[in-house]
Amino acid sequence: MNAESKKLIYEGLWKNNPVFRQVLGICSTLAVTNLVMNTAVMCVALIFTLSLSSASVSILRNITPRNIRMMVETLIIAFYVIIVDIILKAYWPQMSTNLGPYVGLIITNCIVMGRCEACGINNPPATAFIDGMFNALGYSFVLLIIATFREILGMGTFLGFSVPYFSGPGWDKWIIMVMPPGAFFMLAIVVWVFRSIQDRKEQS
Amino acid sequence: MNFGSEISQAFVVCISAIFTQNILLSYFLGLCPFIGVSREVKTSIGLGLAVIFVMTFTVMLNWLAYHYVLAPLNLHFFRFIMFIIIIAAFVQFIEMAIDRFSPVLYQNLGVFLPLITVNCAILGVSLFMVIRDYSFIVTIGYGLGSGIGWFLAIIAMAGIRQRLANERIPKGLQGAGITLIVAGIMALAFIGFTGVLQGQ
Repeated sequence: MNAESKKLIYEGLWKNNPVFRQVLGICSTLAVTNLVMNTAVMCVALIFTLSLSSASVSILRNITPRNIRMMVETLIIAFYVIIVDIILKAYWPQMSTNLGPYVGLIITNCIVMGRCEACGINNPPATAFIDGMFNALGYSFVLLIIATFREILGMGTFLGFSVPYFSGPGWDKWIIMVMPPGAFFMLAIVVWVFRSIQDRKEQS
Repeated sequence: MNFGSEISQAFVVCISAIFTQNILLSYFLGLCPFIGVSREVKTSIGLGLAVIFVMTFTVMLNWLAYHYVLAPLNLHFFRFIMFIIIIAAFVQFIEMAIDRFSPVLYQNLGVFLPLITVNCAILGVSLFMVIRDYSFIVTIGYGLGSGIGWFLAIIAMAGIRQRLANERIPKGLQGAGITLIVAGIMALAFIGFTGVLQGQ
């Protein structure tokens, strides 16, 4: 692995993380973080869409007229999202109902468009693919942390299995965690913790 | 269903979209501009009004496109592309129309209009409208209510953030962090409206 890819991976996962550094594209995924399973499926969908659409934008970059590039990018993203939507409907209809419109909303996820604009449009396909993939992974790991806390504290389960202490009588379930305010609070805490760690690292 | 009861259902859906089912605070849609642009009340009002307008009209256009073009042809999976093209075209058209007829308004709104194309709340409202199988009149109420709900939330947030500007906040929590905490408290407050009206 060369130095450039290493830099891309580090930037996507940590230094320039889409969630706690840029606070972009949280809408469609924050909504499904009340269950770890839903979040995992959404994250896989996002990784697939982001890496492939960034690479496709890059492949087509020389033949895309400059002034309609946003439209072309949107159509490319929509193409991959439709694939995800059809696969989910065909093989996992239950999950498709659980996620509701949020799979479709990946199209307007700012981070997907943002990476296509920032990296896909003026880099070779391989770079764009790695950049997209690791931005999506950096995004996913933060959301999985949020989902884990919300599901355990709010329902006493993890991936649907009961967790020993939290599902017992000794723990009053924090219902608020699986409701919308819980998602905002959890995301705020995660942003706070990770930014503080980053600041401390930079100072030392 | 007769016309009168449809109007009343549209009204119920509209009110519940503003308060109990707020598109931003309970469905998390349109969060990026909410966090990015809510620093000043004045700009928030501009963006909020533009969202109300675009949301109401695109959801109507999308309803017509879905029920008269996509459904008869059985091309349901094609709706994502159809909706996004209609939204983009509508925004572009409005931008040109405003520029032509009211340069002053264009100066104030111009920057925000293109942003709205990628606002997930706009597409979200159209997708919810399909999933919940609303009729045309109810859809108008839903689009208008969701727009007003988003407008209220961003203005309240901008007002709070203007006062927060002089407060001492831990460094890691400045900007996005504190905005999210305030949004969480606002979401709690809006949950208080639950039970006033229920309309799906």
